[in-house]
Amino acid sequence: MNPNTLAGTAPVTERVRAATPRPAWWRRPWLSRRSAPYLFISPFFILFAVFGLFPLLFSVYLSFHRWDPAAGLEAMRWVGLENYVYSLRDDDWFHKSLYNTLWLALVSGLPQHLVALPLAFFFHRALKRSRNVVVGLYFLPFITSTVAVSLVFSSLFSRDFGVVNAVLTSLHDVPLIGWFFPEQNIDWGQPGYTKWMIAFVVWWRYVGWNAVLYLSAMQTIPRDLYEAAEMDGAKAWQQFRYITLPLLRPMIFFAVTLTIIGNLQLFEEPFILTGGTGGIDQAGKTAAMHMYATAFVDGDFGTASAVAWLLFLMIAAATWANHRLLGGRRD
Amino acid sequence: MKKMWAPLVAAAMGWGVASAQTVTLTVASFPDLDRGIKLAIPLYKKLHPNVEIKLTSLAYADHHTAMTTALATGAGLPDVMAIDMGFIGKFAESGGMEDLSKAPYNAGQFRDQVARFAYPLAMSGQGVMVGMPVDIGPGALFYRKDLLDQAGVSETDLTKSWESYIESGKKLKASSGAWLLASAVDIKDIYIRSNLKDGEGVYFNKQGQPTINNARFRKAFELAKAARTAGIDGKIGAWSNEWSEGFKRDRIASQMMGAWLAGHLNNWLAPESKGKWRSAHLPGGAYGSWGGSFYGIPKKAQNKQAAWDFIKFLTTNKEMQIEAFRGIDAFPSLLAAQNDPFIEQPIDYLGGQKARVLWKEAANRIPAMSVDKFDPVAAEVVNAELEKVLEQNKDIGQALADAQAQVQRRVRR
Repeated sequence: MNPNTLAGTAPVTERVRAATPRPAWWRRPWLSRRSAPYLFISPFFILFAVFGLFPLLFSVYLSFHRWDPAAGLEAMRWVGLENYVYSLRDDDWFHKSLYNTLWLALVSGLPQHLVALPLAFFFHRALKRSRNVVVGLYFLPFITSTVAVSLVFSSLFSRDFGVVNAVLTSLHDVPLIGWFFPEQNIDWGQPGYTKWMIAFVVWWRYVGWNAVLYLSAMQTIPRDLYEAAEMDGAKAWQQFRYITLPLLRPMIFFAVTLTIIGNLQLFEEPFILTGGTGGIDQAGKTAAMHMYATAFVDGDFGTASAVAWLLFLMIAAATWANHRLLGGRRD
Repeated sequence: MKKMWAPLVAAAMGWGVASAQTVTLTVASFPDLDRGIKLAIPLYKKLHPNVEIKLTSLAYADHHTAMTTALATGAGLPDVMAIDMGFIGKFAESGGMEDLSKAPYNAGQFRDQVARFAYPLAMSGQGVMVGMPVDIGPGALFYRKDLLDQAGVSETDLTKSWESYIESGKKLKASSGAWLLASAVDIKDIYIRSNLKDGEGVYFNKQGQPTINNARFRKAFELAKAARTAGIDGKIGAWSNEWSEGFKRDRIASQMMGAWLAGHLNNWLAPESKGKWRSAHLPGGAYGSWGGSFYGIPKKAQNKQAAWDFIKFLTTNKEMQIEAFRGIDAFPSLLAAQNDPFIEQPIDYLGGQKARVLWKEAANRIPAMSVDKFDPVAAEVVNAELEKVLEQNKDIGQALADAQAQVQRRVRR
């Protein structure tokens, strides 16, 4: 007896397959069972190749050329490393924008985490029923459109008619701490103040996001660690320092990496707050803004691509340094 | 059932024939100029019923960026492209636009019908003409008559010379506390454009070398600095929140800009001060153009002949130019339209002043300057240096030398 013909010995799928007649196209290789999975995931890869990978590679290629886009594709000229040399050596607006970007990354980045960590700890410990609502409110700035936020803030920071100046100058009259506040309206467009204005708006936007990240990480820390510590007499801040912080290390690494990558690419906030120009003396011009201006105002796509890749190298270096500092397992 | 086939087929054939003759013209423009196209479409339909016009409109900067991208790849180009004065230099040198001075367009035939200075603005260094001028922006000085009367300053005091302009500003400041102008940078912008000869460029000469470190720029910087030191400017950038508030709150007493500012003041900047503003020529005998729009045809456009017919209609048809003048306050580039009796009408917003006559005179005296594709770069550098002079007391000679060197480096010729 042929064992395969015995009912119940072969698997169901095999028996169904043997019994049902197949159309001719079923046998084509591109629709076989082996290739079907690849077919299903191909849309993503095709889209990525066209809209992600190709522009990336073309940008590298372009950074070695000189190209005025309005002249058409035929106008590209090979210039080798000239764009990189120009940006690194001669372009002082690029140097200024790098300094601005690093300054903004630090001044808006550090407070984001220094405030978000204790804030998340407070949410975790003190709020029970209202936690979701409060966290949601803190998260709102992150999900609001950057352009809308920046437009509103540029009104708020208006020199003569803005709320910020109104509050600051009225605080000048408060008895004890009044000396710290300005007497006259601050012109936030002045080079000395522009970066502070931008840093504040960026901080405002991301402190909620970081708080949510830290809160979610804190919720994975087992409660009995805290209970044991409390029984040993540890106060809240000691628990924070000796239990929460070390266990939060992977999440801090992740959040700081995101901050580095995001802050070094700052574009929308400074662009809108300085009206697209970068402010007086390029005080508010970040590297991404400089890249945009080089491409569309100067009409030099080659140098703009070179600036983009130099920025990428910087971000890669900063992320690597962060990994050395905070990443990996060291216990 | 069979009886229905014949009329259906006949209808389909008729529709097919009709659509075979229809030409669809794509026009790309930006606000506020697109309103001119919208006004033109019904009028053009009467003359050419088989032409269907599709208008796409993007914000000012986005439109020019989109056109740059389209020229870069040769795809997505409209048949008729609107180009603003700020970008015409770049597009002129690009090589992606049709040369309208050659056959079959021969735009040179209209040259003496159009404002004299407008043609060279659309020409590249080699004489390739990439756009037909549709409107111009003769520079004018708008001032608040009531604030000036209060300070005892007359219009002649303002316009006699730059020095007396600044002196008037001091008197105004003392009397009502209002600033004479929004920003001292405006003085620089006007002065560097005034007293140019035909064929001269603002920032570059014919060989493409920057001409920034010279007497004209030096005087411009000195005047701006004098205005700032006298405290007569509000340090307010144009189009900012403070700028529009300044007009509404009687803080800014004058503004030098294109004649089209009257429309903006009336519509949204200062509608409550209707009747209190007047227009005058720019101080110190300066005549300059502020803005202006052009229509061009990309080389890769589909319907070039139809596009050229439409452009001719928009730019050389007297009725259309006047229609645009009435509708969107676009000062016509066509001389015949400038001579229409419409310009004699008083303007309510300016207290019944027949300001259009004034602007026409100004338009006739504007020199035919040349443009360069690196003008925006040079403008950015010069503005940055001027800010340092005004805010950080940088030495003017040093600032100009730095600006010249910067522009030299950035254009890398």
